Amino acid sequence: MAEKTKQQAKSSFGPVGKALDELDDRLGIAKGGRSLLDKIFPDHWSFMLGEVALYSFVILIGTGIFLTLFYVPSSTVVVYHGSYLPLVGQKVSQAYATSIDLTFSVRCGLLMRQMHHWACDIFLAAMVVHMARVFFTGAFRKPRELNYVLGSTLLILGIVEGFLGYSLPDDLVSGTGIRIAFSIIESIPVIGSYIAFFVFGGNYPGPQIIPRFFIIHVLLIPLIMLGMVTAHLFLLVHQKHTQFPGKGRTETNVVGTAMFPVFAAKATGFLFMVGGVITLLAGFAQINPIWQFGPYDASKISYAVQPDWYMGWLDGALRIWPAWEWTGFGYTWPLEIFIPGVVVPGLIFAVVQGWPVLERRYTKDNEIHNLLDLPRNRPKRTAAGAAVFALVTMMFIASSTDVIANYFHITLEAVLWSMRILVVVVPIITFFLTHKICQELQASQGAGKRKRANVVTRTPDGEYLSAPAEPRPGDEHVDLEPEPVPDFLEDPVVVRERKELLSPVSFTGVRNVVR
Amino acid sequence: MSSEERTPVAFSVAKADDPHMQPKAQNPKLAETLIGLVMLAGIGSLIGFAVAYGMNAQSWIMGGTLGAGVLFLGFGITAWGKYLMPQGPFVEERHTMRGNDDERERFKAAVVQRGGGILGRRKLLAMIAGAGMSAFAVVLVIPVFRSFGPLPGNTLNQTSWKQGTILVDSTGRPIRVNDIAVGGVVTVYPKGLENTDNGQAVDQTILIRVGTEAVVTQQGRESWGPNGYVAYSKLCTHLGCPVGLYEQQLELLVCPCHQSMFTVTNGAEPIFGPAPRPLPQLPLFVGSDGLLRAQGGYDQAVGPGFWNRETSG
Ligand code: HEM
Ligand code: FES
Repeated sequence: MAEKTKQQAKSSFGPVGKALDELDDRLGIAKGGRSLLDKIFPDHWSFMLGEVALYSFVILIGTGIFLTLFYVPSSTVVVYHGSYLPLVGQKVSQAYATSIDLTFSVRCGLLMRQMHHWACDIFLAAMVVHMARVFFTGAFRKPRELNYVLGSTLLILGIVEGFLGYSLPDDLVSGTGIRIAFSIIESIPVIGSYIAFFVFGGNYPGPQIIPRFFIIHVLLIPLIMLGMVTAHLFLLVHQKHTQFPGKGRTETNVVGTAMFPVFAAKATGFLFMVGGVITLLAGFAQINPIWQFGPYDASKISYAVQPDWYMGWLDGALRIWPAWEWTGFGYTWPLEIFIPGVVVPGLIFAVVQGWPVLERRYTKDNEIHNLLDLPRNRPKRTAAGAAVFALVTMMFIASSTDVIANYFHITLEAVLWSMRILVVVVPIITFFLTHKICQELQASQGAGKRKRANVVTRTPDGEYLSAPAEPRPGDEHVDLEPEPVPDFLEDPVVVRERKELLSPVSFTGVRNVVR
Repeated sequence: MSSEERTPVAFSVAKADDPHMQPKAQNPKLAETLIGLVMLAGIGSLIGFAVAYGMNAQSWIMGGTLGAGVLFLGFGITAWGKYLMPQGPFVEERHTMRGNDDERERFKAAVVQRGGGILGRRKLLAMIAGAGMSAFAVVLVIPVFRSFGPLPGNTLNQTSWKQGTILVDSTGRPIRVNDIAVGGVVTVYPKGLENTDNGQAVDQTILIRVGTEAVVTQQGRESWGPNGYVAYSKLCTHLGCPVGLYEQQLELLVCPCHQSMFTVTNGAEPIFGPAPRPLPQLPLFVGSDGLLRAQGGYDQAVGPGFWNRETSG
């Protein structure tokens, strides 16, 4: 026993190997650790979309912590005395004053604020596109339904989180958004006003909103999201990646590059690239210039009332829904708010989240699926997904009826009615069109692949022969048969020097080989 | 003990010319040089950021140098992984999630039989324990929510306007009959509340002078609009945005949020957009001191709809 421990202590692979031995003595990391390093990542660009979301989440937390150090979540009114001259002497909330100071007096403050905001937009966009990839390739099928639901819940939380963050600077535009949120909650039949009062700590606006939104924004939701992201990634590793069909790829294996060091290098670099792009955007593309909007005053309004894009589709629904308030049984039913503001988004999210169950009920398919579908091979699913996208896009466009009317010089009335019709018609057309396109793609062999050229030669006798040309470089990717990740890569230098191949089983460490 | 005495480990070794181990780059030497240069450029840019930060340069300079530095570094590292490291393809077996039949049966037995059996033997106890848990949940949840805010009661149906309240503008100045020219608009508050949350968010009222004669916007409102003045709640009946735009020629109030339009001389009837109801009108009178005052509160709740909204009449 004692001998054995001693033997382990005397480690192969130098000091790092020794450290790893010590860790394994205590934590038992060797077995799981090695299989983690050998974890295979399928090579396909669409698998990076989730990574973009993850990395922007990391950046959100980093920049967010920076912001909390300077931002004071209070609606106490103070007289502004900072370095932004147009505001000096005005009475503003402390939240607004510190956001302005963060922008103009803290070194790098504006950059950090804009990074935080850009990271938020990229985070949400990446989640949407990532989810689309999962949906259209059928990656959500058994056994991954739970991870699909986790992911789509993260999207909802992200939207709420973004809205709350947008509200914190207490500028004129964000205040209008909070007012609208209050009204939407208020519209829920029977219990609406109760919920609204509990969420906002009383009637709108009151002094509670900013401190409350702050703690939800910086602690509660990030914590929940962090937990869910961790669970999402754990399930991903536990259940292993899906993969597209291809040479050597089956339902019972995964083919790609290894976690260490190849994927680790690519992923680290990619994290930096996402960070770099967000920083560049934050440096050059202004976002949310709260100093131009001015402080919030409930009786003022900015004419540039445009929510962040991820809220736009909800605003569009509220805009085009008819004014159907109904008074009955002595009570008011604000259906003109409740339906577009609560029921419609609720239904859309319910269909999106419940899709794995809905689809299984329809296909009666209870098999385990690790190989992905090509979207064209599942025309109905692809068409349904495209239709939902079309619907949300049309709702989003409907949130700018006034801009459209001004731009094209048509009446608001005409734009409103066109949008009402398009919101219904475009998704239906999209459904049938997508369905048709999928079927045609299925029918045409090799669609989406580059065709090989034909070489026509003329023999001395005048006979013409046609043969496929040599593949152009990079055109024909020869797929190798996949192999398990090896322990060692034979060192080409050693091989050249010793001109002799080593037996693969005769040594216990790199050092021994070289000697 | 020396390592030679251990049983040798059967390592697997890939041959140097194994195609799985080849980098993707056609010319690895060149790729290596380029990648090195890109990363060096990244470091240069980061040094630039340090300088810019030290000089407290403009935001775009700091963002540009930091962003470019990080982007270049990331680009280099990714390219190293993608073009110079072995690309495989490698393979890994999947293990089914499902346990074998034995494991499954024994697991289920523990949950259903051991757990369920014990609960089932003492049904009454189990029910009492369940009731206790539920009671705990209810007792915990209700007061927690109740702590979060007051009950709405009748708050949403009320404003601070009362009989005789003086109308003031945002600076607290009362409005005299001749203060506003025909076509003028001003946002007014109950005197003393112009700087309060409630005054701004709930009581805000838009005062418009449409003429010089008494304005009758609807039957029964003969005395509400003295000397060409009309006053409406400024809270949009759709979602509560301030109805901040007055189209003087068309005599329309327009809500910038979703473009609801209300006729000023016709009781603020909505003629376009999602707003379901007219803006409530505030009855005015001119006091003996020449100041505009409210005859009383609004005859109905202001702002968007809610369940127990008081309707007019
Ligand atoms: C999880 C995803 C998150 C999203 C989607 C998000 C989104 C946002 C957005 C859109 C803003 C408005 C920014 C502006 O233009 O000024 C904001 C502000 C803010 N966020 Fe976040 N955020 C997230 C996480 C965090 C975290 C983890 C923290 C801190 C621990 C944080 C702290 C703050 C602070 C203090 C502000 C106010 C900054 C100001 O007023 O200038 N955020 N957030
Ligand atoms: S809030 Fe006025 S139209 Fe929607």
